[in-house]
Amino acid sequence: MATILVHVMPKPEILDPQGKAVGSALARLGFADVEQVRQGKRFEITVDGEVTDEVLATVRKAAETVLSNPVIEDVVQVKVVGSGCGCGGHGGGHGSGGHGEHGHGHGHGGHGLTRIGDAPSADAHSGDEAASDATSAKDLLA
Amino acid sequence: MTARIGVVTFPGTLDDRDALRAVGLAGAEAVSLWHGSDSLENVDAVVLPGGFSYGDYLRAGAIARFSPIMDSIVDAANGGLPVLGICNGFQVLTEVHLLPGSMIKNEHLHFICRDQTLRVENADTAWTSEYRSGEEITIPLKNQDGQYVADERTLDELEGEGRVAFRYVSFNPNGSRRDIAGITNARGNVVGLMPHPEHAVEPGFGPDSLEGGRTGTDGLTFFTSAIKGLLARA
Repeated sequence: MATILVHVMPKPEILDPQGKAVGSALARLGFADVEQVRQGKRFEITVDGEVTDEVLATVRKAAETVLSNPVIEDVVQVKVVGSGCGCGGHGGGHGSGGHGEHGHGHGHGGHGLTRIGDAPSADAHSGDEAASDATSAKDLLA
Repeated sequence: MTARIGVVTFPGTLDDRDALRAVGLAGAEAVSLWHGSDSLENVDAVVLPGGFSYGDYLRAGAIARFSPIMDSIVDAANGGLPVLGICNGFQVLTEVHLLPGSMIKNEHLHFICRDQTLRVENADTAWTSEYRSGEEITIPLKNQDGQYVADERTLDELEGEGRVAFRYVSFNPNGSRRDIAGITNARGNVVGLMPHPEHAVEPGFGPDSLEGGRTGTDGLTFFTSAIKGLLARA
């Protein structure tokens, strides 16, 4: 069993009414340093067995064709966060567009598979990296 | 010949009964269609009604577009079948790429329900041919995800090709780009809009009009337009 994280955000140029509501609520509640909030979606997809190239490609396809609408949203990240990543030997192949490049790295149009694959990879999928991803995901949730 | 107009029910659809009634009041035979079947039951036109198909959980209309009935509707629409998407039905039509753009949450973040005045910008579609171009009509509007968005190029194309079918008049209720309330495909057989013509078809149950409270029946012409076009073709 392994878990693949799919992270979908509203396009930078699209107004995000939900994020706006959350942002103004935070400001009202005294979180003075909050300048802006954008709200996206995180899907945690559990798969049986190893995460092979084929499995990851299938999840990417689902992310691009079902989980997001390219007119209003970008898939900013597809990465393995749980155990079971079996794709250790090919580092940058599964780039994950982290927050760093959000805003300039994601173009328009429906060829998101290329877009994600081309994004600079901060976390190549060796077993160790997958483990550290899991840790950071846990940290985020803590 | 009596025109047969189908109305699709998805899990979570709310306005199918009203749409069926509107079709009947307009003079056509109303046919219930089920999302899980791929049969269009030999209908001459299809209405995708409003509601919250599949709870709108992923995005409005996003899951409904994968229903078996939608495969048949896309094929038939590409062959010229008149298709009208109302509210959630409009959202389904954008998700299935029969119409461009998408809907996001209303700019003001609230659910809104009001009698809304629209201008008919294109009176040459299958669903607007009995209106006059520029005619103003009032029909109910009720939605939370009604803000029409598309990139500037798409918006310019829609404007340039006369494919903005309806525009909000005097008040933009949801922040839609360029006050767009509804659009059509290039052929004019597929039309989608956020407001609800099927709720303005019967005196006593419609919006207020100059004749009195709840007397407005401006929405009926959507359905009589489709019927007239179908009978002229037959």
